[in-house]
Amino acid sequence: MSSTLPLFPPSASTVAGDVDALFFFILAVSAFFAVLVSVLILYFTFKFKGKHGEAGADIHGSLTLELIWTGIPFVLAMVMFVWGAQLFFTLAKPPADAMDVFVVGKQWMWKVQHPEGVREINELHVPIGRPVRLTMGSEDVIHDFFIPAFRVKMDVVPGRLTTMWFTATTVGEYHIFCAQYCGTKHSGMIGTVVAMLPEDYEVWLAGGRSTGSAVQNGERLFTELSCITCHKADTSGRGPTLAGVFGSTVQLNDGRKVLADENYLRESIMSPQAKVVQGFQPIMPTFQGLVSEENLLQLIAYVKTLKPAEPAPAPVKK
Amino acid sequence: MSNSTNPVSAAKPHPKLQSHFFSMDQQLEASTLGMWVFLVTEVMFFGGLFMAYIVYRNMYPHAWVEASAELNWKLGGLNTGVLICSSITMALAVRAAMMGNRKQQLINIAITSILGATFLVVKFFEYKAKFEHHLVPGPHFDPSLEQGMQIFFSLYFVMTGIHALHMVIGLGIMAYIFIQAWKGTYDAEYFAPVEVSGLYWHFVDIVWIFLFPLLYLLGAHGA
Amino acid sequence: MKEADVQQEPSYLGAPYGLASWLLTKDHKRIAILYLISITIFFAIGGSFAAMIRAELVTPQGDFLTADLYNKVFTLHGVVMIFFFLIPSIPATLGNFFMPIMIGAKDLAFPRINLLSWYIYVVGATLTLAAVIMGGVDTGWTFYTPYSSVSSTTNVTTAALGVFITGFSSILTGFNFIVTVHRMRAPGMTWFRMPLFVWANYATSLVMILGTPVIAITVLLIAAERALHLGIFDPRIGGDPVLFQHLFWFYSHPAVYIMILPGMGVISELVANVSRKQIFGYSFVAFSSLAIAIIGFLVWGHHMFVTGQSIYAGLVFSIITMLVAVPSAVKTFNWTATMYKGAVVWDSPLFWVLGFMGLFLIGGLTGLFLGAMGLDIHLHDTYFVVAHFHYIMVGGGVMAFLGGLHFYWPKMTGRMYSEPLAKVASMLVFFGFNLTFFPQFIVGYMGMPRRYHSYPAEFQVFNVLSTAGATVLGAGYLMILLYLVYSVVKGPKAPMNPWGATGLEWKIQSPPITHNFHETPVVTEEAYDYLHAPAPTREVTHHE
Repeated sequence: MSSTLPLFPPSASTVAGDVDALFFFILAVSAFFAVLVSVLILYFTFKFKGKHGEAGADIHGSLTLELIWTGIPFVLAMVMFVWGAQLFFTLAKPPADAMDVFVVGKQWMWKVQHPEGVREINELHVPIGRPVRLTMGSEDVIHDFFIPAFRVKMDVVPGRLTTMWFTATTVGEYHIFCAQYCGTKHSGMIGTVVAMLPEDYEVWLAGGRSTGSAVQNGERLFTELSCITCHKADTSGRGPTLAGVFGSTVQLNDGRKVLADENYLRESIMSPQAKVVQGFQPIMPTFQGLVSEENLLQLIAYVKTLKPAEPAPAPVKK
Repeated sequence: MSNSTNPVSAAKPHPKLQSHFFSMDQQLEASTLGMWVFLVTEVMFFGGLFMAYIVYRNMYPHAWVEASAELNWKLGGLNTGVLICSSITMALAVRAAMMGNRKQQLINIAITSILGATFLVVKFFEYKAKFEHHLVPGPHFDPSLEQGMQIFFSLYFVMTGIHALHMVIGLGIMAYIFIQAWKGTYDAEYFAPVEVSGLYWHFVDIVWIFLFPLLYLLGAHGA
Repeated sequence: MKEADVQQEPSYLGAPYGLASWLLTKDHKRIAILYLISITIFFAIGGSFAAMIRAELVTPQGDFLTADLYNKVFTLHGVVMIFFFLIPSIPATLGNFFMPIMIGAKDLAFPRINLLSWYIYVVGATLTLAAVIMGGVDTGWTFYTPYSSVSSTTNVTTAALGVFITGFSSILTGFNFIVTVHRMRAPGMTWFRMPLFVWANYATSLVMILGTPVIAITVLLIAAERALHLGIFDPRIGGDPVLFQHLFWFYSHPAVYIMILPGMGVISELVANVSRKQIFGYSFVAFSSLAIAIIGFLVWGHHMFVTGQSIYAGLVFSIITMLVAVPSAVKTFNWTATMYKGAVVWDSPLFWVLGFMGLFLIGGLTGLFLGAMGLDIHLHDTYFVVAHFHYIMVGGGVMAFLGGLHFYWPKMTGRMYSEPLAKVASMLVFFGFNLTFFPQFIVGYMGMPRRYHSYPAEFQVFNVLSTAGATVLGAGYLMILLYLVYSVVKGPKAPMNPWGATGLEWKIQSPPITHNFHETPVVTEEAYDYLHAPAPTREVTHHE
């Protein structure tokens, strides 16, 4: 930590520099116009100080000037828009090889689960140099997972899942803040991101107490909650098979086609009648109140691993 | 657009001319414009509810159909007919005021009020039935119904409830203009209050014309 | 009868006499004064809450107030300041007082509805105060669901109903102004001869009537969900809590234009007067007010970039947000150009203009940072946002309100205030304001979230500076209250036109008679005809 007065947050992710660059651009443009107008009005105040009762010059306007000072701000604003939009697209699309971590926010703590099963409360250990994708749910009200040093945040909304991603670049410890007011201990809903060298991360991971990976827990729940009685590995069940469903396009019974992403899977468990697959009856019961957000994330993690059965290999001739 | 702002002429001003206006014309134009602006605010008020309806119908299309089937479209249809008739009599009342015909004003305002009250009575019975069938959202809502139906009913009660509140206010307005008509207040020069009451009444009717199909006619009736 | 400064007919202040005559008045000027007293009381209440917030934030730990109390204090600071001070401020006071006079009318179109709007305001405010006394509300002024509709155990329903009722006060004011401008203009007062203050309030009124009903239904839905279980936002029954945010911000974004457009109207009047010159680009300034009002309805989603809404919706909101900055820029440049080759008078109105310009510039420009989506991700819900909106609403809005209050004070009260004190106060407010809120930009970028009762130690220095600034700012406001009240009692009498200004309001006595004009004026001059305006004066002439 610098001993001089810090004025700026640490920059510890791959996008931090890009965000700061846009910031400085807008700052430069703003400072330019703020100084320009301030200097002009002060200058005019002094230069054109009037004598008592005198009137100013008889000037009504100038179309040229109006067009100039409408056009230039318009162009600058559009540059800012495009730059901001590009940056947003980068921040919204995680790389395909991102490591999945699940986060559940509840009043007033953060529960983190690594895919291998290690859990943390109010802490998030990550390796540097590797993209991390957080899939987040809330057990109660809207929260927001904010890591200033990485320049990322995303609301955590009850009733759905949201995602965000980052790649940490610098070893260190950084603040996690809840950035959506959520009640009494909102300002206490804070934590720490611990960014480590990849080797150190593996060591930490191995040493952590694991209660089973998300996928293992999901598989257990899939049986315990009797999902397996209707959603069989083949098409013989009362419900559609879930092999290969994640990421596919599903045809619904009302003609719509939807992408089967995490939110589709979550909604199918909580509000099964909202989207019924073509050719199936709307008989799936709701699990609202029977599964926690964490359970949902584990079930989703499990369903994501279900692939269509491999065709039987051709018999090997001896 | 004419702007009757000439200073008061030497002729005796109409007793109902307010002191900040120059002429009855200006006063009428101001009153009418005022009511139209107010109705725009009412469109925005109900608009928020219609937006919520659109969003949730999109989210739960099946639940919406199931829930709509629980409503009694015959009673809803009756109420629609009742309101349309009341708008006709209201328009006749405005015309009677413009012509200075006291008897016709009183008859038409009375019929409009009776029809409005009929609407509210029918709504009362509908609400009662919802209560009995566990369709009122909250702790007593039928838990076996699919997700989304409770939201439909929340919107049903809020939308028709606020509409009914507007009807009650409308009946109050009817009572006021009835009394004024009884006293012979309105004539060809001064009928603005009846006209703007008419605008309000027609608006409340039109809101119902939208509510009726959106709430009552989605269900698989008679299938 | 030629207008002199003092007439034989009593002013609107003097006759009729008695409390009942004030509480049952139909005179738009008296109603303006009733509003002025009410909003001043609420400004003091909201300001006390602000003082409590700043006192707590001097230290990183939450040691002055409990977390629950702090949450209630910042909620009520927001609710009171926005709904009971800022939204009514200029329209209900200066607007009510001067709109009819500026267009040559004897009153607004609907004087009784005007009085009704004040009573509705009082009822709504009382209900909200009841919520405070009953233990407060802790949802934030934004009432986000499902916390507000399901979880919070505080008096949300009462406060929501208080806000609901007060909304009608705003709607009635707006609707009155619209009909007045359309139907009550004096002969010769064409649209393009009207003062820009009227254009600004007209544009504001459009926002009031189109936006306020939406928040009315939204808070009503919160009350319905809590009190009657008629829930549509509760995720446990399949509701979408983010839908609330769309409905809420559909009003609350245009609401910020309700809070600044009238101020811009005041500044137009003041800039022309202190420069003693025609406003540069009159029609551009007039149309930019309308543009801001209309475009302002299409940007609400920029409060929601991180809610998980579709990226494409976000793109639309972002580009339109950038667009809405342009008319404000146009106004700023036009005001600057007005001063060019003016004959600038160094009286107190100038100080308010300069203060407004400096603070509005920073406030408006920092909006650009927030409208750029990728950058907003970092800045959303941090103190950067808090600083941005205070710069515009307080630095811009309150500064303009105070400027207008000072400028029109002699006309409204018939008294002059102390010029030296006013100049000092304006500089105190300018300095105190910057010291309070500029550090918040820095600490916001560093990552300090909003609505935090305790915070990490590295943010402390900036919070201490901010609290120091708040003390200076508070002293400035108190000073203003004191010398203005003193002036009513002991100040020298004001002439008809102390600032040598143009406009119908400066051609009638100070304070005006109840019917404003002895005869309906017939307008032949263009607005801001400073070539033919009288010189500023403090001398009071008497009617022979």
